[in-house]
Amino acid sequence: MGTSPFVLPFAALEVGQHLYWQFGKLRIHGQVFMTSWILIGALLTLVVVGTKKMERDPKGVQNLLEFLWDYIRDLARTQIGEKVYRDWMPFIGTLFLFIFVSNWGGALIPWKLIELPSGELGAPTADINTTVALALLVSLSYFYAGLSNKGLRYFEYYVHPTPIMLPFKIVEDFTKPLSLSFRLFGNILADELVVAVLVFLVPLVLPVPVMFLGLFTSAIQALIFATLAAYYIGEAVEEHH
Amino acid sequence: MDSITTAASVVAAGLAVGLGAIGPGIGQGSAAQGAVEGIARQPEAEGKIRGTLLLSFAFMESLTIYGLVVALVLLFANPFAG
Repeated sequence: MGTSPFVLPFAALEVGQHLYWQFGKLRIHGQVFMTSWILIGALLTLVVVGTKKMERDPKGVQNLLEFLWDYIRDLARTQIGEKVYRDWMPFIGTLFLFIFVSNWGGALIPWKLIELPSGELGAPTADINTTVALALLVSLSYFYAGLSNKGLRYFEYYVHPTPIMLPFKIVEDFTKPLSLSFRLFGNILADELVVAVLVFLVPLVLPVPVMFLGLFTSAIQALIFATLAAYYIGEAVEEHH
Repeated sequence: MDSITTAASVVAAGLAVGLGAIGPGIGQGSAAQGAVEGIARQPEAEGKIRGTLLLSFAFMESLTIYGLVVALVLLFANPFAG
């Protein structure tokens, strides 16, 4: 966020403080990179271990992965439609798993034990840069899906019921990534802040139900992001008659 | 940051979340009403109704979250801090 944040005096919340890494002219938020790499590594390990010795009767990790695959397939199929959902299932699945693992990893792993010189470790999705990047990827992919499936006829979508809709549909292209990114970022940051404030005020027992509520909402947010991404892609490839 | 900017930012942050919570509050109320009526009429559809209800709750909640994002920007990354 901005360059001159002020820390609230009544709770040691470090919003807007980051561990900056300098790459040439780029200044990046180091703590986000560290947590995302750790979580991506964990996710990759899980998937590789689960698919190493595949059996006819799934057991353990393979069983879990097949359940997830079914879940993501159903999500993609209902939103995108029977014809092209297979092309987009990997993308939707990656979005869902990455956001889900980031949200839960940020809440469940005791990152605060690791002291950083500035800022603190937490969910990668509690940083606006991560969510904006994901939302822009969704924007790019629904344009690509529409253009590759229907060619220039994709632009019929903009004047579909009547040409009066044209300005609204153009504005929608900008509000879609905006609302996608703000929704995820706001929810995850709000969870972290509520828990931090409650832990500061009442360090015992009381924060626990709020933490469970946070886990619940962050799982729902991952589902919503994936559902909306699939819905936008489905909207772009849908045939009008 | 001079004191008048601080005061205005804190008041605006409170208003952003407070006013933003009114609409979704009403909306969630009527959505819950519809869901309860649906479950009373058709108890066997409870699972499906609950799933849809939670999903639509999250959509409504995100409207307040937009207000919260504005409030957080005002409190922690104020563009008028100078």
